[in-house]
Amino acid sequence: MQIMRKKSIAPLVLSLAVIVVGLSLSVTAAAQGELRFCLRSEPKTFDPLKVEDDASMVIRYLTGGVLVRLNRQTQVLEPELAQSWKVSKDGRQITFKLRSGVSFSDGTPFSSEDVAYTVQQLMDPALHSATGDAFRSGPGNVETKIISPTQITITFPALVAGLDRQFDQVPMLSAHSPKKEMAVLGPFVVADYKAGATVLLKRNSNYWKTDAQGLRLPYLDSIRLDIQPNRDVEMLRFKRGEIDLINSLDSEYFDKLAATSPQFVHDAGPSLDSEQMWFNQVARAPLPQYKKNWFRSANFRHAISEAINREDLSRVVFRGHAQPAVGPVSPANKFWFNSKLQPEAYSPDAALKALQGDGFRLENGTLKDKDGNEVVFSIITNSGNKSRERMATMIQEDLQKIGIHVNVVTLDFPSLIERMTQSFDYEAILLGLTNVGLDPSEQMNVWLSSSENHQWNPSEKAPETAWEAEIDRLMRAQAASADAKKRKESFDRVQEIALEQAPFIYLVNRNALSAVSASVHGASPVILVPQTYWNVDQLSVK
Amino acid sequence: MPKQTNPARGTMVRKIARHGVTLVATVMLGGFLSATLVRLAPGFDVDEAQLDPHLNSESIRALRETRLEQRNIFRFYFRSLQRAAHGDLGTSISLGQPVTLLLRDRAPLTLRLVGLGLLLSWTAAMALSLSAAWLRVQAYDALTTVISGAFLCIPAAVLALLSVLWNVPGSLAVGLIVFPQVFRYSRDLLAKAYSLPHIVTARAKGLNELRILFWHVVPVAGPQLLAVAGISVSIAVGAAIPVEALCGLAGVGQLAWQAALARDLPLLMNITILVTLVTLLANSGADVIGTMLRNRKA
Amino acid sequence: MSLGRMKIGRATFWRANAFRIVACAVLLLVVGLSLAANWLAPGGYVKQYREAADSAPSRQHWLGTDDIGRDRFARVLYGTRISLLLAPAAAFLSTLMAALIGGMAGYLGGSWARVAMALTDLCLSLPWLFLLITVRALMPLNVSPMVSVLATFLILGMLGWTSAARVLCASAGSLRDSDFVCQARASGIRGARLFWVHVLPNLKPVLYAQFWISIPAFILAEANLGILGLGVAEPMPSWGSLLKELEGLVSVGEEPWKFVPLVLLVVVVTSFQFVLSKQEELAA
Repeated sequence: MQIMRKKSIAPLVLSLAVIVVGLSLSVTAAAQGELRFCLRSEPKTFDPLKVEDDASMVIRYLTGGVLVRLNRQTQVLEPELAQSWKVSKDGRQITFKLRSGVSFSDGTPFSSEDVAYTVQQLMDPALHSATGDAFRSGPGNVETKIISPTQITITFPALVAGLDRQFDQVPMLSAHSPKKEMAVLGPFVVADYKAGATVLLKRNSNYWKTDAQGLRLPYLDSIRLDIQPNRDVEMLRFKRGEIDLINSLDSEYFDKLAATSPQFVHDAGPSLDSEQMWFNQVARAPLPQYKKNWFRSANFRHAISEAINREDLSRVVFRGHAQPAVGPVSPANKFWFNSKLQPEAYSPDAALKALQGDGFRLENGTLKDKDGNEVVFSIITNSGNKSRERMATMIQEDLQKIGIHVNVVTLDFPSLIERMTQSFDYEAILLGLTNVGLDPSEQMNVWLSSSENHQWNPSEKAPETAWEAEIDRLMRAQAASADAKKRKESFDRVQEIALEQAPFIYLVNRNALSAVSASVHGASPVILVPQTYWNVDQLSVK
Repeated sequence: MPKQTNPARGTMVRKIARHGVTLVATVMLGGFLSATLVRLAPGFDVDEAQLDPHLNSESIRALRETRLEQRNIFRFYFRSLQRAAHGDLGTSISLGQPVTLLLRDRAPLTLRLVGLGLLLSWTAAMALSLSAAWLRVQAYDALTTVISGAFLCIPAAVLALLSVLWNVPGSLAVGLIVFPQVFRYSRDLLAKAYSLPHIVTARAKGLNELRILFWHVVPVAGPQLLAVAGISVSIAVGAAIPVEALCGLAGVGQLAWQAALARDLPLLMNITILVTLVTLLANSGADVIGTMLRNRKA
Repeated sequence: MSLGRMKIGRATFWRANAFRIVACAVLLLVVGLSLAANWLAPGGYVKQYREAADSAPSRQHWLGTDDIGRDRFARVLYGTRISLLLAPAAAFLSTLMAALIGGMAGYLGGSWARVAMALTDLCLSLPWLFLLITVRALMPLNVSPMVSVLATFLILGMLGWTSAARVLCASAGSLRDSDFVCQARASGIRGARLFWVHVLPNLKPVLYAQFWISIPAFILAEANLGILGLGVAEPMPSWGSLLKELEGLVSVGEEPWKFVPLVLLVVVVTSFQFVLSKQEELAA
């Protein structure tokens, strides 16, 4: 009996050992295929149609399956779930031919019914989302016609500029899955969410895409997104190897990292983002009339623009990782940028001369207007954004040289928005535009004078100036045209007017800076968002 | 012989009952005042999302109307109380989740962080202040002053970042934020107690230091030290906010900061009620025990 | 008294007061340096040497320059004026309020103490952030930096009394029934005189502790209030705004000169404590 017991124990011990070793090996293998980076805020929703904030956009990009995808590197629209598509001449109708044999993450088959369902959800008037509003070009209902399980036509009540490109932002929802929006077609699926801490995405085993060798994508097993608003901590964790990439790196950290590990950092050149300031031109603003007169004078705005040293802003605040901005479009937007325009040259003498032409005069180092009022105004910007705080302080110094006294006030963002959109109790604001799209129609609500986002003078009942009326006409013209050349002509003219009238004083276009650790393979940072993981299904971590 | 009732016990029960009533009234008032402060602060009616250039006017208006229910603060508070009576603390505007769930998931972490932080700070503070009081050496006293002064001057955010840098628990950062204040109060209270004539007499009569501490110093300085203990709880709760935010700890402090930035009224009101409750319990507890100590001395 | 005894007395005096004397000298030195800022840093705290932004210490810039090229040494000196003047003033205000509210409540006892402490606890718990945001909204945007900083420290002083009030209430409560107070009461001293002459002096340890804690707390709080538009406005420097540079900790470890404002603050705060501690020993 003793001999038999001894014999029976050894295999058991061996089996246990094998199991333990095997488990540890399999855990190690899974951990190697995990990409880790940080979200800068809590995601507000996992519903791809209701996405408003950056963190939710990240998750949408990683989990959502779209009909067409804008290749962030080539900036060319490529087929995804749709094998092909056709936009009608009048720009109102689009027909998609879908791939067959595709399933959602829970196994539910994907068909044109799901596309129809998604579009109906998107265009629901009760939805009120940025994604849906991008398609709302006119009153009326959207019609969807299912031709076959793999073919569908969608007709909009009015022309939608860049109609096909807009679908890059619309992940398909399942009409039949019990998991609703959690059943996805993208490379990853939300596996776990710890509020305030992490979002864990796991590989979608039903993802339709394969690589050139026929291997099913994605290569990564999982993506762990840690919620970390503080950029210092994010940088620290990258240096320690706790995260694999920083999608948008601040310039000061770029330089510090470049000094020790140049192979990790990437400067993809000017991004589409811009920093700008503007003056309050709202007639009912609670400002003294003489200040309103200053701010409504194009000459005054031009002079201020000339007195700001944009080269210094680019060099000092952004450590050379930015360039002086011209207008609403970054030179990185090759098609839409008006290359005839040049940034305002720094010339305090010219600025002073221009102001003197308007009756301003310099007295004992202080600029006064024709009625003897000292030129003093405040610039407000959002606190916590070091670059903007520094820019505001540098502008304060620049304008002091021509006798203008500027007070820099940093406010928390809700207070700033309240002044900007409700009380209009501000004089000048310094902010920026981020996540800017390529197509100028995405900026309709900034340029149309009746719009709430027409920041220097929102919700005008009728355009208060001739140039605003002209911009309204041009923006509507480009949005109503399917001809790319005609659209470009209209929008080029908008950019010219913007430079002439300076409702926005464009300051700099920041470069797209990122950091990717050596463990990540396949990364090729670009300027379009998301800069580093735009090809996430082909990334791997070793 | 008839059994004599203890009048002190009756007084104690009445005192606890009074504290209970005060607690409830103060918590209710705290909730209302915090809701009012948030409601009246600029930026209440706005949402960062409305700056998205893709949104049309209708959508922006719809965004503003999500806060319609909260515009009338009295109605909002009354309805919140009604819901709270059924265990529903409302829904967070910024996170879209039930407040009950959010607090339930995050409170344990904050309690742990604050609890451990307080333990560390009091241990360090009492060790240093007692040793300073016992040793009565100027150089040692100066050294403890410099150490506590240094920690008092380091910004809380820097301590939190250091804890991330050195991979130490966030509770250590909380402890280091609270420690100098607790040390300063306790050091001065103990120094004052030790300088009283009866301590000099006790030492002259040869009593050992431990006996002097527990029988002659604690009863004198005890009530004040308990008051310091009470306020150290609210200091620690305040310290938890930057520590959680920077260390990426999903606690109530982090939630409070997010809610403040988003003007999330339901969440902020409930967090304030929770903090008021914790503060009141800590301070009331200190008061009750302090009274017990004073009665015993009497 | 003989000359020998006088010499021994003098030596004892110096030995017993060594820290206090050194602390006074340090404070005077710091104040003197800040007042001499115009001569020591003639370039001023505003000028931006943009070609030398974020540079290391050099002959031209003894503590290097900040992110937009302003001389850090000048900013430390001028910032000292603001912080050294206003933080102790705000600390004094908060200590005074704590003494009046907490001390009186403890002295009176009963319902007074209960109500006062309940309100104090309430004040400890409320999110004053929103009151501060509202205060900023009510102030004009073009308020001068000096007015802004005065308003900030005034608010800090008026809000910073709550913690100490609790401790003072407990202390005053203990003193209310003490022998010397009973004796004074029996001698016919009552009311405010009893409080001011007999109770308040015995609260000095807590008052000094509160004052000492408040100084750095208010300096740091002033910097944090910058996110609400309060605090010292650009380009005026303060210790708080200089200390905020330390929050870029990842890189600051390699730039130790950025710790100078922190070292200065620790030295000043510690000096205050050494100066005050002698007062409290005398009071005891």
